[in-house]
Amino acid sequence: MSAAVAAERTGLFQALARVREVGLFAVLAALALATAAINPRFLGAQGVKDILEDVAVTALLCVGETIVLLMRQVDLSISSILGLTAYATGALFIAHPAMPIPLVMAIGAVGGAALGALNGGLVAWGGVPSLVATLGTLYVFRGADFAWVKGAQINATSLPGHFLGLATAGVGPVPFLALIVVGLIALSGYALRHYPAGREYFALGSNEEAARLAGIDVRRRLLLGFICCGAIAGFAGVLFTARFGTVDATAGTGLELHVIAACVVGGVAITGGVGSVEGAAIGALLLATISNALVSLRVPAFWEQTIEGAMLLAAISLDLVIARHTLALMRSGRRHG
Amino acid sequence: MAEMLAPLRRWEVVIWLLVLLALFLGSFLSPAFLTADNLGNLAANLSEIALMALTSTMVIVAGEIDLSVASALGMCSCLLGLLWSLHVPIALAMLAALIAGALAGAFNGVLVTWLGLPSLAVTIGTLALYRGLAFGLLGDKAVADFPTFFTNLGFGTVMGTALPNPMVLFFLLAVLTILVLHATPFGRALYAIGANPVAATFAGLPVLRHKFLLFVLSGAMSGLAGIVYTARFSSARGDNAEGFVLPVVAAVLLGGISIFGGKGSVIGVIAAVFLIGILQNALALIDVSNDILTIVTGSLLIASVLGPNLAAAVESRLERRALPGGRRRQPRRENEA
Amino acid sequence: MKRRALMIGAAGAMLAGTLPAEAAGIKPGLTIAFLPKQVNNPYFTTADDAGIAACKEFGASGKEVGPSSAGASTQVSYINTLVAQRVRAICISANDRNALVPYLKRAMAQGIKVVSYDSDVAPAGRQLFCSQADNETIGRDEVKLLGKMIDYSGQIAILSATPNATNQNTWIGFMKDELKKPEYAKMELVKVAYGNDDDQKSFTEMQGLMQAFPHLRGVISPTTVGVSAAARYLSSSPYKGKVTLTGLGTPNQMRAYIKDGTVQAFALWNPGDLGYLAAYAAGSLCSGVITGKEGESFACGKLGQRSIGADGVVILGPLTVFDKSNIDQFHF
Repeated sequence: MSAAVAAERTGLFQALARVREVGLFAVLAALALATAAINPRFLGAQGVKDILEDVAVTALLCVGETIVLLMRQVDLSISSILGLTAYATGALFIAHPAMPIPLVMAIGAVGGAALGALNGGLVAWGGVPSLVATLGTLYVFRGADFAWVKGAQINATSLPGHFLGLATAGVGPVPFLALIVVGLIALSGYALRHYPAGREYFALGSNEEAARLAGIDVRRRLLLGFICCGAIAGFAGVLFTARFGTVDATAGTGLELHVIAACVVGGVAITGGVGSVEGAAIGALLLATISNALVSLRVPAFWEQTIEGAMLLAAISLDLVIARHTLALMRSGRRHG
Repeated sequence: MAEMLAPLRRWEVVIWLLVLLALFLGSFLSPAFLTADNLGNLAANLSEIALMALTSTMVIVAGEIDLSVASALGMCSCLLGLLWSLHVPIALAMLAALIAGALAGAFNGVLVTWLGLPSLAVTIGTLALYRGLAFGLLGDKAVADFPTFFTNLGFGTVMGTALPNPMVLFFLLAVLTILVLHATPFGRALYAIGANPVAATFAGLPVLRHKFLLFVLSGAMSGLAGIVYTARFSSARGDNAEGFVLPVVAAVLLGGISIFGGKGSVIGVIAAVFLIGILQNALALIDVSNDILTIVTGSLLIASVLGPNLAAAVESRLERRALPGGRRRQPRRENEA
Repeated sequence: MKRRALMIGAAGAMLAGTLPAEAAGIKPGLTIAFLPKQVNNPYFTTADDAGIAACKEFGASGKEVGPSSAGASTQVSYINTLVAQRVRAICISANDRNALVPYLKRAMAQGIKVVSYDSDVAPAGRQLFCSQADNETIGRDEVKLLGKMIDYSGQIAILSATPNATNQNTWIGFMKDELKKPEYAKMELVKVAYGNDDDQKSFTEMQGLMQAFPHLRGVISPTTVGVSAAARYLSSSPYKGKVTLTGLGTPNQMRAYIKDGTVQAFALWNPGDLGYLAAYAAGSLCSGVITGKEGESFACGKLGQRSIGADGVVILGPLTVFDKSNIDQFHF
């Protein structure tokens, strides 16, 4: 494949990703409006605040996972990393109640980055496939969490009020938590698209051999990608504690598959090279909106999960159909033009 | 030197040696370990994971993955319970559970082969869907009043020995799987498909049909495991086997199956299932908490790939030193999905 | 953590002074294992720690083992291991009423005494059940408590544990029955939601309840995990003070919400006492003081003499209702 064709293909996929984001947004808006038509509270101040609070941590995790998925890798250990830093946050505040929040956030991110570096090292230098490496560290990190925490639990009552305020207070119906996450999404989205280093993640996932030949240091890029993902998961752990206030050794269990699902719904290809952090975040928002809407619409509790699963499958199938259709349209457009 | 290490390069050999080592360690740690009753109970507890690992091995060898196995198990168990509570004869209810499992697998297969969706994404969706259906079927009810002859199938042992009935089923199916995977054209085709689906298609193999069949088999096995689970615990409820999926995948990968498909043998997977079970039991007997086992499992998983990779690296370095200009050994596993 | 350790230390010190020379005929040197529904639940940590402390009182060694998630089958491998280890008694809070019975029967066939506590198994699977309180009373009292607080009118919901939780389902059954009485004619149960005894899930379920049923007047959450998560949501939402929340909670987890007015009153037994009772029951069974028949009685340390009721049930006592006036007297 010549460089020009490759560039054109990348451009095409980028355009496709945009189309997906717009489509997702339309689905999201339709769903929200339809639900609100039946239950106006759904889009009331408290309703919006609830959804944003629900989605903030997942959306943030999606940012890190997207970076890894772009490289055609996967990180299953994010939920365990989150669990460790979430408890560490609580333990830090109990030991030093006056600790400044930014410092705790930094500690969470650095701790997560260190764990991410372990993943990255295994993948880049150990030659361990990422699914195996991160399934392994999912167990190792969670085991360490259990060994450390045992049966203990941190309660909201032992955390400083201004820290919990990150989730409960905010600007209008938008909690600070969501503002922080939106800021991070915008920042990482911009960096991925506009910095050469960011574009290298796309290159790596599209065609690793070509990326190597183009002079990209593949191992270094892999390592950095996993470090970013770990740091974000670590930071998300801090926000998790602010959001829920109660943390035990099981915090975040099972979140990894939910996050990957959100990324896929948001148009991030599991086969690498395609997607955006904004799309993934919208995917997370869509999933959260669906589950909140089901409760709002008084769907019996037992069927909620069924419908969520079906919606997820519908989303990825529809996405694929639209993508193929658009691709065909664009190709024929090019041929004629 | 390289000659001596040659058998150790075969992971199946290494993992069976590890099983022996674990047995030795267990009998050394606790006098209660090497008793027929304890070993029988240990094996019985592995029944469902062992059964599902057999078909999961085939699916992963063919380069796909099925994360919905545990949810499908739960769904089939609930269906079995529901039908029994509606006075359907138990044999018929068992058959229905098997068929439901096969249908669940077929649904995965359709999405993966007809629509061409990635199996990781599809089965994350059906993981939620089938679990939802399980709760939809039985809600908060638990069916427990199964007939004794049925529960004895799961709970009983083979005529006066400590060998649990489900293990007989497992051994039969394990032999069958070994034969199918390693001694039939179908089995060889799965390796070819997993190694290179494009080449397999050009070689005239019915790639999609084989993959579809694999998902059906995987689903039917979940149905069977659902029957075993229901019989063993005399209990059908929505949360049956929740959390079994990652242990199944971990066992398959620890058994030496490449996550990229095309490599590994089911003999190694069987060893992996028992290795985890033996360690779990031995550690529990000396009152070591589960956390440590979680850490050991994760580390073993990583070591199973990292070890051979490092060994190969060392070996090739040794060889290059011995034979200057000699042909380089085959490179290690690369990071492509 | 620290608080709990101190509390148990204090209890131990206090009891050491009054320790009878020979704890009511219990043989020394027994090994007794506690097998809770899940090990990472503070409720069980409190119960089992007190049970282990009780074992020390009568010269037995106690330990806690158990799974980290509450599925039907997760406790079976622990039962098998305890049998292989030849412990003298197992105190178990069952995740499934029936699934464990054949395994517990096998344990009893080998001479191991089985005492269930907190959550019972079918009577065939144990010798004794140490019940926190009468199930019917728990269910009906919760409805009575809520009814009084909301003037017997309006929509109410229940936020339960998992859909398969045996205790909660029994209590919910009695709650529904109580609601059929004429004095509750104006109260309507609109939904039973499930927080799966998971803090995060309970929190979001409470959120959803408020959104789906804007006119909700009251919520009963008969699980310590659920009621504290629900209280935390309400305390920072505009619904605080408008929705009446009650249920079963521990004073330590609920203290802040009682004080800031989110919750007026909730109930519970003392989980430590329940573990303590189970330990003495197990010790007495192993020593032949009792066999588990109705009408027998045994000495139970600081809890005094306890007798066995129908179906081998030993009842700890009535529920304690906690509110602003008394919450500071309790620390568990």
